Amino acid sequence: MNTLASIDRRILGRWAFSGAAGLTLGFILLPLFFVTWLAFFRQEIPAFPPDGYSLKWFWAIAKHDKFVQGFWLSLQVAIAAMVIGLALGVPAALCLARYRFFGREPLSSLLLLPLVVPGIVLGTSIYVFHVELTIATELPVIGSLAGLVAGHVLVVIPWCVRLVAASLAGVDRSVEEAAQSLGATPPVTFFRITLPTIRPGIVAAALFGFVVSFGNLEMTLFLVGVGRTTLPIAILQYLEWRIDPTIAAVSVLQILLIGAAMAVTDRFVKLSRVV
Amino acid sequence: MAGLRLEHLSKSFGATVAVRDVTLDVGDGEFLVLLGPSGCGKTTTLRMIAGFIAPTAGRVHLGGREITALPPWKRNAGIVFQSYALFPHLTVAENVAFGLEMRKLSKAEIAPKVAEALRLVRLDHLGERLPRQLSGGQQQRVALARALAIRPDVLLLDEPLSNLDAKLRETVRIEIRELQRQLGITTVMVTHDQEEALIMADRLVVMSEGEVKQVGTQRELYEQPANRFVAGFVGRSNFLAGTMVSPGRFETRGGVAISCAAGLTGPAVIALRPERLALGSAAGGLENHMQGTVELVSYLGASVDVHVRVSPADRIVVTQPNRVDARTPEEGERIDVGWPKGAAVVFPDDGTHAGA
Repeated sequence: MNTLASIDRRILGRWAFSGAAGLTLGFILLPLFFVTWLAFFRQEIPAFPPDGYSLKWFWAIAKHDKFVQGFWLSLQVAIAAMVIGLALGVPAALCLARYRFFGREPLSSLLLLPLVVPGIVLGTSIYVFHVELTIATELPVIGSLAGLVAGHVLVVIPWCVRLVAASLAGVDRSVEEAAQSLGATPPVTFFRITLPTIRPGIVAAALFGFVVSFGNLEMTLFLVGVGRTTLPIAILQYLEWRIDPTIAAVSVLQILLIGAAMAVTDRFVKLSRVV
Repeated sequence: MAGLRLEHLSKSFGATVAVRDVTLDVGDGEFLVLLGPSGCGKTTTLRMIAGFIAPTAGRVHLGGREITALPPWKRNAGIVFQSYALFPHLTVAENVAFGLEMRKLSKAEIAPKVAEALRLVRLDHLGERLPRQLSGGQQQRVALARALAIRPDVLLLDEPLSNLDAKLRETVRIEIRELQRQLGITTVMVTHDQEEALIMADRLVVMSEGEVKQVGTQRELYEQPANRFVAGFVGRSNFLAGTMVSPGRFETRGGVAISCAAGLTGPAVIALRPERLALGSAAGGLENHMQGTVELVSYLGASVDVHVRVSPADRIVVTQPNRVDARTPEEGERIDVGWPKGAAVVFPDDGTHAGA
């Protein structure tokens, strides 16, 4: 009697768990599903059920210059921010993980701060800073590409530092000592031993940095110059006047791009092991 | 190949003294084991030899040249770590080749040396595997091959066996010992495992609280321990506290009179090896013999421990080989305990009670 009840309870527990997991997954995937569906509707004003299906909205993207330019700019900015973010984040993570120094904890928190500050606030402050900098130095900082990339680097850094530091924590110090005892100088040890060992963390950091930068809207709104539009901004501007499925088609392409990036990354490092 | 010499080596971390004035000579081809409980400074000493820690004072000489100020990568010391510390992204062969590449050898020179090192540890068939595809014992042998491939002046082993299971440990320690002897390589090993130390070493260094307590062969440490710590740490000893009332005469706190071969007087501790004591009729003719009560008998398979109370304050453990014809004493029984004069080692009582 008792055993039966406990088996019942176990099955019930498993069902409840699967149910909750399924609901959550549905909650995450449902918008993606509808966006993708919508991208293939034939009529201009989305309505259910659709009149029919068409690929014309994907062609419409190519004809809309703002989207094409936005895509290229976003791609350039994201790649630049990712590379610079890694160049700054990897050494920072190395210091934080390896050395005990005065102010280490505050510095560690400081490097995560851009994640916590709302994008609008971040954008406004950087914009004001750019204005002051332009006045002080008379260099054309406001609305410059360099200024835009610098802002993106800021939001990329927390991801780089965290992911790389996490994978460094898993590296046995004696592996580096072994390399040194075999004749490797510290720089050789770093490039031949440490760097390859933390490669999964670096790849994950690069991917997340890229995605975060590519999709950034709020902060970017304040930093783009005249005639310079990133893809998220192009989408926002388009939405102000029209709601046809072109937007959905753009989103589908964006989902595919990031999905492809993740799939490729996953071939080299198991992302689930790092993140 | 080369000898190693440590001169007055000390290391302090702030106010804590980790190693205090260690002077040691390791002969060419000798296997020296640093033995001691955790925190005794043995690993710090090894790391100073390797160059990972700079000594606060003192010098390190290797092969007649002073290396105190040299960084690890210029010392030519092969190290096997407790965690093996293999390079996880390189194959077994690449791991072994690493040190040779660092020495700027050509590919053609490296290949046969790698093959030879792997053959030494009987892993020549696994060169293409990654470390994570190997068992713990195999990883350990790769680490050894990697350290040996560079033909080091000294081989340093940092608790190399403690991550292996007990059965494997028994075979591996013999293997390492034979390989070391065959190559004639000067070796320093750190361990807290007494049995491992006794089996592998040519000579042992017993350390405690950052100091060398005694240096000697297995027999010297066991037969003539220099102090109470060594008597308690290497093998087992019965310790009886009391006073040397006159040269040759010791009296325990419990009032038991013991004759021994020691000239000192004053507060002292006497150490008796449990297996050097005789029980029952065998005790009769010996210089020291007394009667006591059997309080506990522990059956250990190969031997039997008999705990005998000889005075209200003194209890002695006697280990008897478990022979077929031997009679095991019963608990509560009155029995004779005895030992020859030379079986006792006497130390002045310095107030410490380490070991036992």
